[in-house]
Amino acid sequence: MVRPALTPEAARAAAAAVTDPELPVLTIAELGILRAVRVDGVDGVDGVVGVDRVVEVDLTPTYAGCPALEAIESDVKAALHAAGATDVRVRRVLAPAWTTDWITEAGRAKLAAAGIAPPSPTRSGGSTRSGGVAGSAPVDLTLTVRCPRCGSADTRELSRFGPTACTALRTCASCREPFEHVKAL
Amino acid sequence: MTAQERAPATPGLAGAVVDPPVAVYATRLGDDALILAQRLGGWITNAPQLEEDVALANLGLDLLGQARMLLTYAGEREGLGRDEDALAYSRDERGFCNVTLVERADADFGEAMARLLVFSAYQLPLYERLSGSADPTLAAIAAKAVKEVAYHRDHATQWVLRLGDGTAESHRRMQAGVDSVWPHVDELFGTDDLERALVAEGVAVDRPALRDEWETYVRDVLTRATLTVPEPAAAPATGGRAGVHTEAMGYLLAEMQHLVRSHPGATW
Repeated sequence: MVRPALTPEAARAAAAAVTDPELPVLTIAELGILRAVRVDGVDGVDGVVGVDRVVEVDLTPTYAGCPALEAIESDVKAALHAAGATDVRVRRVLAPAWTTDWITEAGRAKLAAAGIAPPSPTRSGGSTRSGGVAGSAPVDLTLTVRCPRCGSADTRELSRFGPTACTALRTCASCREPFEHVKAL
Repeated sequence: MTAQERAPATPGLAGAVVDPPVAVYATRLGDDALILAQRLGGWITNAPQLEEDVALANLGLDLLGQARMLLTYAGEREGLGRDEDALAYSRDERGFCNVTLVERADADFGEAMARLLVFSAYQLPLYERLSGSADPTLAAIAAKAVKEVAYHRDHATQWVLRLGDGTAESHRRMQAGVDSVWPHVDELFGTDDLERALVAEGVAVDRPALRDEWETYVRDVLTRATLTVPEPAAAPATGGRAGVHTEAMGYLLAEMQHLVRSHPGATW
């Protein structure tokens, strides 16, 4: 039986379409955790497509203890096998560390449409350093988070931690709806 | 050289042939994170409010993630075929080399927050410096974890301020919590020949050098929380890095390991 060749583009597309089980409106490409897809160990469009169709995928965790990563790994393997790969290897890559700045514009729009406030840009563009001594106020100032439902800036934090490691809970004083907010990291 | 002869040079992994020292170092950092994760997990359903249950579960999950990466790496460098699970579930008390601060059973929520403040204010500058380690794996793990720990320190800070500068009762209990964890502070900033050698190679962080930054931060928080900074402990705790633990450790391990030990090889 002759199967169609698995091009690097097709392999990339198959992996990129896998969604995050905890934020299912987002694909792993939009979340920014899909770092690389190589076919037969060669990166990019010039990749050699071999008969074995070996695909290697690099994923990076959002949070070190994110329990969704194992589910994502198995979903990526299933998606690539369905696309024609005979052997899929998933590598976890830690450096450089993931930052919410890597969530794509399309991803941010999808989060907002699903009622989840997207993260603000991180202050240092990814690498956070501690400020040494804490600020003079008991609560550090953060940028205003707009309500994803009504757009009001009059929102406040209910809980610093939400149902997943990457979200906090907020409520809107204008429309009185609670919502999740992806914390800037 | 037999394992026994080598044991004194490799505290915390008594009886194991450990080479290179970076495996011991990664185990120390990993054990600190693992044991504190276990303690934080014990607060789930016991915190003062539902949101705090979720918060402490998330903090514990961050630490567990760090522990998994560090212990996995320790196992690889050790070269005895032990993975993260073997290190977490199959070592006895004397084989764990976490500092005694993280194994303590909390008397109340105030003490849990005092411990989290003391530990995260130590772990943050530790990981900041470790993210520049000559060991690329340790550097990557630290760079990943440092952003999480910044959030832990902030969380503990907010609670210590709220409880310390709160009611007479919350102030009293917050002060008692700080007093009770204080004898465990010195151990955080101890060192030994193994770490000094790794510091010289640019692999490990010089822990005694972290103390000034830690002291500045913690004193500032305690002062703003109207709490009294305790005097240095007359008899500071020691021994954790060498596998000599407090009474609390055996109970903690019994709970953490009993399922795996009762059903070896079980998966679910």
